[in-house]
Formats: sequence, structure tokens, C-alpha cells
Amino acid sequence: MTSISPPRGESFTLSKLINDTRYRSYTFQFIALVLLIALFAYLGSNLAQNLRDAGLNISYGFLSEPAGYDINQRLIEYDSQSTHLRASIVGVLNTLLVAFLGCILATVIGVVVGVLRLSQNWLIRKLMSVYVEIFRNVPVLIWILIIMAVFTAVLPQPRDFRGDDAEASMLWDAFAFTGRGFYFPKPVFETGSTIVVLTFLASIIGIFVYRSYARKQLFQKGRLLPVFWPSVGLFFVPAVLMFFIAGRPISMEYPSLQGFNFQGGIYARNSFISLWFALSIYTAAFIAENVRAGILAVSKGQTEAAASLGLRPNRIMNLVILPQALRIIIPPLISQYLNLTKNSSLAIAVGYMDITGTLGGITLNQTGRAIETVLLLMLFYLAISLAISAVMNVYNNAVKLKER
Amino acid sequence: MKKTVILGALTIAGLSAGAAAAATLDDVKARGKLNCGVTTGLVGFAAPDANGEWQGFDVGVCRAVAAAVLGDPTAVEFVPTTGKTRFTALASGEIDLLARNTTWTFSRDVDLKFEFVGVNYYDGQGFMVPKSLGVTSAKELDGATVCIQTGTTTELNLADFFRVNNISYEPVPIETNAEAQPLYLEGACDVYTTDASGLAATRAAFENPSEHVILPEIISKEPLGPLVRHGDSEWGDIARWTLNALIAAEEYGVTSANIAELANGTDNPEINRLLGTEGTLGEMLGLDAEWAKRAIMAGGNYGELFEKNIGENTPIGLSRGLNAQWTEGGLLYSPPFR
Amino acid sequence: MSKSDIAFVRREMLPEKAPPATAAGPIKWVRDNLFPGPINTVMTLLAIYFIYQIVSGAMPWFLNGVWTTSSLAECREVLQGATGGCFSVLTERWNQLLFGFQYPSEQYWRPTLAFVLLFVAVAPVLFVALPRKLLIFTGLYPFIAFWLIWGGTLLVPLVALIGLIVGYVVFLRFETKGFATAALTGVVAVVLVWWLGGFVSAAASETLALTPVPSRDMGGFMLNMILGTVCVSLSLPFGILLALGRQSDMPIIKWICVIFIEFIRGVPLITLLFVANVVLAYFLPPGSNFDLILRVIIMITMFASAYIAEVIRGGLAALPRGQYEAADSLGLDYAQSMRLIILPQALKISIPGIVNVSVGLFKDTTLVSVISMFDLVGMIRGPILAATEWNGVYWELWGFAVVLFFVVCYGISQYSQWLERQLQRDHR
Repeated sequence: MTSISPPRGESFTLSKLINDTRYRSYTFQFIALVLLIALFAYLGSNLAQNLRDAGLNISYGFLSEPAGYDINQRLIEYDSQSTHLRASIVGVLNTLLVAFLGCILATVIGVVVGVLRLSQNWLIRKLMSVYVEIFRNVPVLIWILIIMAVFTAVLPQPRDFRGDDAEASMLWDAFAFTGRGFYFPKPVFETGSTIVVLTFLASIIGIFVYRSYARKQLFQKGRLLPVFWPSVGLFFVPAVLMFFIAGRPISMEYPSLQGFNFQGGIYARNSFISLWFALSIYTAAFIAENVRAGILAVSKGQTEAAASLGLRPNRIMNLVILPQALRIIIPPLISQYLNLTKNSSLAIAVGYMDITGTLGGITLNQTGRAIETVLLLMLFYLAISLAISAVMNVYNNAVKLKER
Repeated sequence: MKKTVILGALTIAGLSAGAAAAATLDDVKARGKLNCGVTTGLVGFAAPDANGEWQGFDVGVCRAVAAAVLGDPTAVEFVPTTGKTRFTALASGEIDLLARNTTWTFSRDVDLKFEFVGVNYYDGQGFMVPKSLGVTSAKELDGATVCIQTGTTTELNLADFFRVNNISYEPVPIETNAEAQPLYLEGACDVYTTDASGLAATRAAFENPSEHVILPEIISKEPLGPLVRHGDSEWGDIARWTLNALIAAEEYGVTSANIAELANGTDNPEINRLLGTEGTLGEMLGLDAEWAKRAIMAGGNYGELFEKNIGENTPIGLSRGLNAQWTEGGLLYSPPFR
Repeated sequence: MSKSDIAFVRREMLPEKAPPATAAGPIKWVRDNLFPGPINTVMTLLAIYFIYQIVSGAMPWFLNGVWTTSSLAECREVLQGATGGCFSVLTERWNQLLFGFQYPSEQYWRPTLAFVLLFVAVAPVLFVALPRKLLIFTGLYPFIAFWLIWGGTLLVPLVALIGLIVGYVVFLRFETKGFATAALTGVVAVVLVWWLGGFVSAAASETLALTPVPSRDMGGFMLNMILGTVCVSLSLPFGILLALGRQSDMPIIKWICVIFIEFIRGVPLITLLFVANVVLAYFLPPGSNFDLILRVIIMITMFASAYIAEVIRGGLAALPRGQYEAADSLGLDYAQSMRLIILPQALKISIPGIVNVSVGLFKDTTLVSVISMFDLVGMIRGPILAATEWNGVYWELWGFAVVLFFVVCYGISQYSQWLERQLQRDHR
């Protein structure tokens, strides 16, 4: 607001509070504040009155009481005698798991589709835009439910694997795809396996060291070292060698049909897989659009300039286009990650036990503490989104065009 | 469309503000409708038929109360509730009465502050499995995948049962009975567990009910009954004694067929008091003299409701069992009308 | 010079030859667009195989579809094991899918009419080329639609309308005395008319009355449409206010808006629906009782206005600074400059963004099925799939839902892209 310097000697009158732009903003803010406080006081008094009438109170004591229910997918130790708090943590971990894996898969699909949408190939281009339009324009909840329904209805159930002339059979005796979920072999780490794992980690670090060394050589001395094959070699050879030297301490545990279900191996439940898949392909459709827009936003002159320098097409992509496109792609990408994380709360529709399923679902039902649980739930998601926005801000500052 | 909604909000707020201070009975009378919470759909207990009319055993209780209070068994607004929403719906006043096969437990009565007005069905938790699995006892279910409705006592009972018997299981939580059916039928779970009556009702809706068996173990006591909010005893009394009137009517042989005749006066004083030809029981409740008569006429006495909705001649085919009158070896026992 | 019969200089041009088959026409197109290189050839073949798989799977399913049976078992009997969809579930239950299972069937014409009129009402907003007079109908539409869908006496929406007109007239009368005063007087007038009109409509509740339908009986796709349109149109004014507040110089107002917007955008819609479902009642005056649909509308509107506010904020920020300064230099006060200079331009830039938010919101209305409301998804998951006759009809039902949502959302997003192109042209 522009203000004119006050004429001297003019005394303050009450009417200035509303008519003088210098003071009016204070009046408005004061009114807004009073209204806000009044609103909160009103809601608070209603709450107090309602709670008193119902004889209830606000208390978080229930968090330390035994939960009493079982959770199928738990990343940490949990049984029905654990507390509600622990059940919530199990839920938090499940949320983070599906969100993390979902972001990875969505990025992979999204980038591939986004690039393919710009391909020379007409058929592929059309196919990809059909994919993007179909998945973007139908609610994610419907996708989750469809994939879940397809899962249970189409895939064979464990009982179909039973018997000599079973209707279904395992893939290579190691993978089982059932309507209840997927079973994979699980690596079992026996004594002596630590050294193999450490070797593996060391060789990964080695790859990075070698790559930065190669880059330094290129920039300083102009020597072009091979990068790809040495990296592959470093990745596999030391770990495999150490595996055999240490006497094969890592073995595989294969799932096998026992009783009602497959036992052993890694069990990815149908609820988890359908949620993960649906969130990924839905979000990927949006990411593909962001990627496409980002690549298109890099002006054609950049490609031509790079080509005139004699760069090969894939180098143009890697060295010229992508670095510039990423600056445009990453911010919307991160907000897609945020959306995916928030959408993971739809887990409740397929019975995946995320935080909404445990704290906001069963705990709420069993304890009847609606206000407390919903508040905690909101705070959890709020914390996640604030954390993600903080990351985004840091990134935006880092890639800001540094003008000299 | 925005302004109309604001207006709607204002009118509703205005209407409800007027009724704010009044008790539930006055609320219901002023509204002209009873808001009754039922399940989202369990054939036999409460489910909308093809015309969208609610039918079932729990629905019968709602209609009886509506008939007693408002004189019209159809003056009921049925509010479908899930295991999750039912208690908040009742606590917040969205519904006046919850008749949704809800188990009477200590914590719900004391901690959640509800008043159970009686038991309209004595039940217990059971297991249903496909016959082809060849399971004969719940103890053989080690490692099985179990479909279970969340937010119910069955969920906690299940955890207890498997823990005590030291066997493992894989819970598949589902929100409503409707969602459980396809999961169970497609084989995504081996076992479906809920109240035995609910199992029978669910099985009745299957294409081939005979391919599924209900295991003999009943692992818990599940006295199901209607409930109201704590703190409004007058309203609780009305619900309680309407239920008792239905039970007592069966005991005394008052049916919807002979009630008109009996209402002219009989030589049984208990029936006379029940039907309002003698004494002032209705007045004490804050209703008129014929409240119980209307309640019984709404859908018949307890036995008639049972036979019509879940009895042996219906697809659900439940026998009376514990739910027979005390005179016939059951647990139904209405306190005297005096 | 010796004469020669052989002419060595061509006198006339040869007729143009057709280009080689590989360099023009469909073959060139196919080569360039489908088989430009080995990798692309492989991809094309894969894509063709993929399409073939889908078509060969879906075609018999479509063509053999059964439309007239009354249960899945009968479908299976008719099909005799052949592949084929059981579309009878759609012919049998279309009314439940579209209107929910409680809306009285003899009244279906009312929401249908309201739906058709929606297009008439929205058209002048979306397409500038249409005559401006149509906007009057847009203004009337909310009242007509309310009356059609909910029924009851016409007096209720009429009173609401009269109240708003009176309020606006009063506002115009007092406008010279400053925006705040005028707005306040206008609001007072509106409330006064509504209050007085409340008696009239209560007294004459039978005048021009349609059968009233309680909002609890709304369901199916109709519920999604109602929630979508109501919440989007309600959230627009709130979104504008929030965006202006967030841009404001007044720190307290700014922070109130920032906290509100960031809070709402930080939590998933489903938690807000939980609030509507299980928590909101505790914050209302004791004994009061909003029905669920209204509570859900409140929460979704809050949700949408936060997102719309961010879009509009983008529009406000995109306006050149000179526009603000020009308005100030004309001596316009804040309300005037916003109303006459800034907002018309900012809103115009934001329309594509607003449309995108609306599409997202419309899709999110399916979430109400999680809190046991019977919208399209809720109807499919609940009463229909649980019915004995239709246990296990997944593809047909979900396909139907996908088609409905796709048609609506794709239509809207195509409009938004068209509009974006229009706007771009204007600026060049």
C-alpha cells in the first residue's frame, strides 16, 4: 500500500482507524485476529461442552495400552499384545515403504513414458499418450480397486497349486504368483556373510571413486577412460569372488506350499502390490507429462548447438538436454512424490495396514478416540509434506541459475 | 450451487438449534422420524431389498421403536454405518438408536459411554471355511489367511484365540461384510470369521451355500443388542422396554395376528398392562397407552421377527438356540411389565 | 558445322517422375514413423503385439456380451463357457450406479434435467463467444438445480435468490461509502431477507413443491457430480480470498492464510473426510446435527479452496508489477483495484490451473466411498458386488466407472488445453 507522509500537526481521530490507509490495515488485522480467536473459542467451547455431555475426555493414554489386534505386514516386531503406539509405528513404516517404492517405480515408468512420448515412432507415441490420458483421467481409488479385484479374481489361489495335477505351478520353483500376493526367494545371511556384504558395499564406493577419477582425467588431461565396463566389473567381481572365498555364506530360502499358504521366502501381499502398482502407474502418468514438458522446454537451439559441436545424439541428451530439463522437471516431480505419499492413505480401501489403516483405522475403532487419532494422523502427514517441501526448497536453491 | 448450500446449512442449523436443548424423545418427535443406525448390508439383519426398502431383524427393532414413539413403523431414517462409523454416529447424535449387531462389552458400555438397552440376539464368533479344505476344527487353522471385519470385537477375539492356542494366522482386514464376500469366495482368504449369525447370513447369500461349512467352535460370547447414548435414561428406557415388549409379547402369545383381539381386554393382567388396557405404563414412559401394541404390530413379536427374517424357513436358516424364550430353555427373559 | 539429326539439347522438360515408393506416400510415412531404426522396429513390433493381445482379448468379450439376463449365473449359462462380458449388470442396475439405491425412481428426471441444464449454465462461463445474456441463467442455475435435486417448495431457493439480489442492490447503494461498509450492509440485508423469508417458506411449504429427497438418499455417479460441482463452485470465492490474503501486506492476515493453505495441502483428503465423518460433530454446537453430505461438502470445499488459492496466487504473481502500480496511480483503493484491474486479469491466467484442480477434485470425490457413502465406487463395492446375483462381476462394473470418469475428466482437460492455446494467442 502506498502511503503519503502524514501532514504535520494533524491529531489522531478515531475515524482514522477505518478511513486512513495507514491505520486501516491495523484495524483489519485486529478484527481478523479477534474473529479468529472467537472462532477457536467457539469451537473449543463446543468441543468441551460436547465432551462433557458425552462424559469423554481428550487423552493420549490409549497409545500405551495393548492394541489387541494383529497386523499382517510388519517391518518391526509386533504382536497383538504390543501397544497402540507400536501399531502406529508399524503403520508409519508401511506407509513409508509403499510411498518410497511407489516413488521409485513411478519415476522409472514416468521417465520412460515421457521420453517415449517424444519418440520418432508414431505408434509408440500414440500408445503412450493413450496410457497417459487414461490413467490421468480416472480416479486413483478406482485403479487401486481394479488392480485388487483383478488380483483376487484372475490369479490362482494357493489351493490351486496343491496336488499332483495342480491348476497352477510355481515359476522355476522359486516364484509363486497367487491371488494373495507374490512369493519370492529370500536371501538368508548366515555367519560369514558380513564380509560379502561389506565387500559389495566397498565395491560400490569404488565405482564412484573410479568414476570421479575418470572425470578428473577427462577434464584435466583430456584422457578418456572407459567407464561402463569397469563399473560393471567392479560391481560384480569382488562380491562374487568373496562369496565363494567365504564359503557361500548366503543362501536362498524358497517359498513352498505348506498348509494353507506358501511358507518361507518374501511375501508381498496383494494389498501391498495393488496399492504400489496403482499408485505408481497413476502417478507415472503425471510424471510422464512433466518429463515431456521439461524436455520440450529446452529450446531446440541447444540441441542444434550441441550437434554442431559434433556431439552424438545420446551425448546431446545426457550432457546438454537432460541437465537443463531436470531443472524444470524436478520441482513438479517432487510435488508428485508428495501426492503419491498422500494418496497412499487410500490403502484403507484394500486393507493395506498403513498408518491410516492402523492408527486411523483399527485403533480408532477399538478405542473410540476419534479426535486424538485423526489429529495424530494429520500431524504425521503434515510432517511428511513439510519435510518434502523443505527438500524441494533446498533443491530449488541449489539449481537456481547462478549468474555471474 | 453454492448459495443454496449455505442456505441449506442455515436452515438446518436453525432447525437443529431450536431442538438443541431438548431430549432425544422430543428430538425424535419434533423430527417426525427416528434415525436408526444399521449395518451397510447384512441380509437377514439389515439390508435394502431390490426396491431400496430396508429389511431385516435389526430393522424390525428400529421399526418397533418408531411405531412406539411416532405411531408409524415406516417413520425411520436408516443410516448405514460401518464398524468404524457406528459409535461416532451415535455419540454425535447423527442417529438416535444403533441397531447394528453390536456386541455388548464392558468398555463400550463404560468407556465409550453407551447404554445397551438389552440383547436381541445371543451370538458367538464362528469360522466359515470352504468344504473343500477339509477343515473340521478351528484349531487346524494354523497358517491360514483369515478375513476379518475391522473395528469389531471379533478382531480382538480372533487375536486372543490364536494367541492362546499358539497357532499363527494371517489377518486380512476388511471394512464391510460386502467386501469380505468376494475376497472369501475368490479364495483370497481361507477363512471368514464373524458372528455365527452373520456367517449364516453371508453364506445364505452365496450361490452355492452348501459348499461352505461353519466350524463347530464358537470362540466368544457376542450378546448383540441395540444401544443408545449415555445420559438420556428416558430415551434408553423407551428403547429397552420396546425390546422387552417384543420379547414379552412372544412369551404371552401376543402376535401381530391376534393383537387386535387381545387389545380389547383379556383376563391376563400382564397382557392388559402390556397392551395398555390396564395401568399407565405408557404414560410413565412419556408415551401414550398403546405404544407397545403399535410396536408389536409393526413387525410382530420377537418370535415373528425372528422367523420372518432369520429363522429356519428363511435362506439364513438360524435355529432359535440360545435365543429361545426362557420357558423353552433359551436366554430370552423379559422383566415383568408391572 | 555438320548437321546432325540427333538433337543433343533437350528442348522440353521431362515429365516429373513419381518419387520412389520408399521416399513418399504411406511407405515413407511407415518407414519414418514406425521403422526408422532397429530399436524402433522392435518397439513397433512389440507395440503391435501388445495391441493385438488387448484387442483379441477384449473383442470377443465385447461382442459376446450378454445384456439381458438377471444374474451372473444366467450369464454363464448363456455364454456356455465362451468369453463374453456380463453387461446385464449394467442394464439391470444402471439406475443404482447413476442415482444410488435410494433416490426415488419416478423422480430420476429431476437430476437428469439438472445435469442437462448444467451444460447450459456452464457454457457462457467457459466460452466467451456465447451471448453474455446467458450468464443470467448461470446465476439462476444453482437455485434451479437445488430445487430439482432436493425437491421441496420452490420458495426456499426463491427466498435465497431474492435475499442475494436484495443484498447486491443494497451493496450498490452503499458502494460510494467504501467497500467494507457496503459489503457489511449487503450481508446484513441478505441475512435479514433470509430470516424473514424462512418464515414464509416454512409457512407455505406446499407451494410449488416437488417431492423432497433427503440428501442421504443421494448416491451413485450423481453424488460425485453434486460434490464435484458444489465444491468447486463454492471453493472459488474462498480460494480468491485466501490467495489475496496470502499476498496481503498485513502480516496477521497473511499468516492465517499461509497456515490454513499449507495445513490443508499437507494432509490427504481422506483424513479431512475422517474429520467430517467422526470428528466434526464434536466441534458443532451441542445437539446440532448436520447431515453427512453437508459435512463432507464443507471439508472438500476447504480442501479445494486451498489448492485453488495456490493457483490464483500464481496468477496474481504472474501479473506485471505495473498493473498494480497503474491501479494505485489511478487512485483506486484496494477493493476497487482488485475488483476492476487485478483479479479479472489474474483469474483469466489462472483458468487452466483452476480447471486442472477441478478435475483432480472431481476424481477425489470417489474417496467418500471410504466413509460409507454410496457414490459410484461405493455402490459398486457395496450393494452391487455383494448382491448374490452379481458376485464377481468386476470388469464390467469397473469398466463402466472408468468410462464415466474418463469421459468427464478427459472432456474437461481437453477444454483446458484448448483454453490454454486461446490464451497464448491473445498474449502474442
